[in-house]
Amino acid sequence: MDLEEKQAAQTTAATDIVLLGPQRTERTVDSVLRSLDLEPGPVCAITAGWQEREGEVDELSQHVHREVIDLRLYSRAEKVFHDSAFDQLRRQHRERQRQLRELQRLYRIRLYYALESLRHLARLHEESRMLQSERQAAMAGVRLLDRQHLRALRRIHSEFPGLRAKGPEVEQVTEIIQRSRAVLIAGGHVAVLLNRMRLFGLEPLLASKPVVAWSAGAMAVSERIVLFHDSPPQGQGDAEILETGLGLVRGILPLPHAGNRLRLADRTRTSRFARRFLPLHCLTLDPGSLLRFRAGRLSDCRACRRLKRSGRLADLELK
Amino acid sequence: MNPALEQLLASKLENEQIDRFLESNEFPLVDDDGATFVYRGNAQEVHLQHWIHGLPSSQAFQRVEGTDLWHLYLELPESSRIEYKLNVVSNGTAAWIEDPLNPRRAHDPFGSNSVCWAHGYDRAEWTFHDPSSRPGRLEELRVASRFLGSDRTIRIYLPARYRRTRRYPLLIVHDGEDYLRYADLKTVLDNLIHRLEIPSMIVALTQSSDRLLEYAAHIPHARFLTEELVPLLERHLPLLSDPASRCLMGASFGAVASLHAAWERPGFYGRLLLQSGSFAFTDIGHHQRGEAFDPVVRFVNRFRGEPRRASERLFLSCGRYESLIYYNRSLVPLLQEHGMEVRFRESSDGHNWENWRDRLRDGLSWLFPGPLWMVYE
Repeated sequence: MDLEEKQAAQTTAATDIVLLGPQRTERTVDSVLRSLDLEPGPVCAITAGWQEREGEVDELSQHVHREVIDLRLYSRAEKVFHDSAFDQLRRQHRERQRQLRELQRLYRIRLYYALESLRHLARLHEESRMLQSERQAAMAGVRLLDRQHLRALRRIHSEFPGLRAKGPEVEQVTEIIQRSRAVLIAGGHVAVLLNRMRLFGLEPLLASKPVVAWSAGAMAVSERIVLFHDSPPQGQGDAEILETGLGLVRGILPLPHAGNRLRLADRTRTSRFARRFLPLHCLTLDPGSLLRFRAGRLSDCRACRRLKRSGRLADLELK
Repeated sequence: MNPALEQLLASKLENEQIDRFLESNEFPLVDDDGATFVYRGNAQEVHLQHWIHGLPSSQAFQRVEGTDLWHLYLELPESSRIEYKLNVVSNGTAAWIEDPLNPRRAHDPFGSNSVCWAHGYDRAEWTFHDPSSRPGRLEELRVASRFLGSDRTIRIYLPARYRRTRRYPLLIVHDGEDYLRYADLKTVLDNLIHRLEIPSMIVALTQSSDRLLEYAAHIPHARFLTEELVPLLERHLPLLSDPASRCLMGASFGAVASLHAAWERPGFYGRLLLQSGSFAFTDIGHHQRGEAFDPVVRFVNRFRGEPRRASERLFLSCGRYESLIYYNRSLVPLLQEHGMEVRFRESSDGHNWENWRDRLRDGLSWLFPGPLWMVYE
């Protein structure tokens, strides 16, 4: 990774943020926590992406040799939504989610045809300047559509400015984060995870604590969330922008399970993916991967690869 | 003829040469357009016995003069998979045997067959045991059925990480034990759930001791499913109770039983997965399929005469080498015209359990899309 790229990948947080690959087969959270030189004391965990399994952190606690307090954002949100004191919040939340779902549905329709034209042009065998130019225009069309979608997402969020949980549940969450030495954000359902973190207004709290996030957790703290899978059982597997993330880490697009979910050996697909999401750097996060951001800059990386515009993969190394 | 065999036959054949040829090749010999079957042994005749509808079911091998080597070339479309036996006639006695040169076997309730994978067919990796997939577990439930007049043992598949605080879709599988044994259903469920291609679900596996009666559009069986089994399962298990979360599945007569039960209670089962359904009908005259088909033909004729929206979404599959392909193809537009969302998949395969296994991913993931797109563990 060159200097320009290092500058592009940065964080808005004052402390360490570490993004990891999936933890099921290769657990690295413990060694990362040790490297952070934390004072003795508990760490807290956000496992809302596990939904009904939220809070099952015994294994995690054993692994990190510390007390792990689960913030239980998923179940706290359920509690808030069932409290008649928050009827208006529930109604507004439901309406915003409805609008987001509808927007996503319409975006998918447009995206399918935009990508289909890109694929069609790519299949043409003749080579000419005109064709080359039309291919570039088709890619520009996809990128424009993505930008429009991001703008529409931001507009919907701006129309619901006060969608924050209030009351004792929020106070408890704040208190737990404040007395924790670090925040762990596990993977799982990325939309649910992001939704719950936003509902409890965690962005400013997370910016002041060391954060270790993996898989969907890494996606949620970055600036843009892209859903991807090149070989789903149904459909084309067109990557799509889901949301703006919390933006604690900027300039990169983390791709958990990229080795399984993307056909990385297919240079055409890989190139298309990398070019579509420029200027973000598309970085693989597979088991064993690590990206550390310190004082706002990328300071360490392990077992991460960058999807290049050429469709090749480059090992990410700090010079 | 396969080039390797052609080369062998062009040379002066000695026993040793034949031995080497048999040792150094896999059989049948597969090339782009077909397969060459080979048999070695003293016999008066050798025939390939298969179940490909449209071809003579018995095809004679040719003997290489002066040797005990036999061969037969069969043209096979790309991605075909066929099950077969060899009929070897010696000393005036015919014996159906599995191909001694081919280790590939498929099993069913009647025994086993040799299997030929044509060019382009490969067994999908999601059908194999994957040690990284968290396994579900099987439990048993006894059901006393007033409608069937007997007790039934139902096997229940509970997915990995099953918990009573969550609610699950329900899949009811006819011939469930056979699906487990011959179509690797548990492995497939474990894998597809683990890969998030389908949601975690509860599966009830039923088995009938008299399927030709009970699955043949038999009203007591339909009432057993809808009025006894589903209510019992909903009382005992944390199930979602909307129609879109309720599916009937079956192959052959099991598909008939599924469609019939849904037809008897329109809208109750929002999902149907029907494989190689025995949906025989007549436009004129009497069918030629034997007595067991009488109630089936009556039902399908009625269905065609008074079609109604039995379910919301149906997945149908059928092998092109089955005689049933005509009936299945005919059913699709009828279902669509009456407001049912249908996906129909054909395969170059026959009426067998591995064909049904190979279509499970397509069917289940279409009827019950999993959270794959959203979940990054």
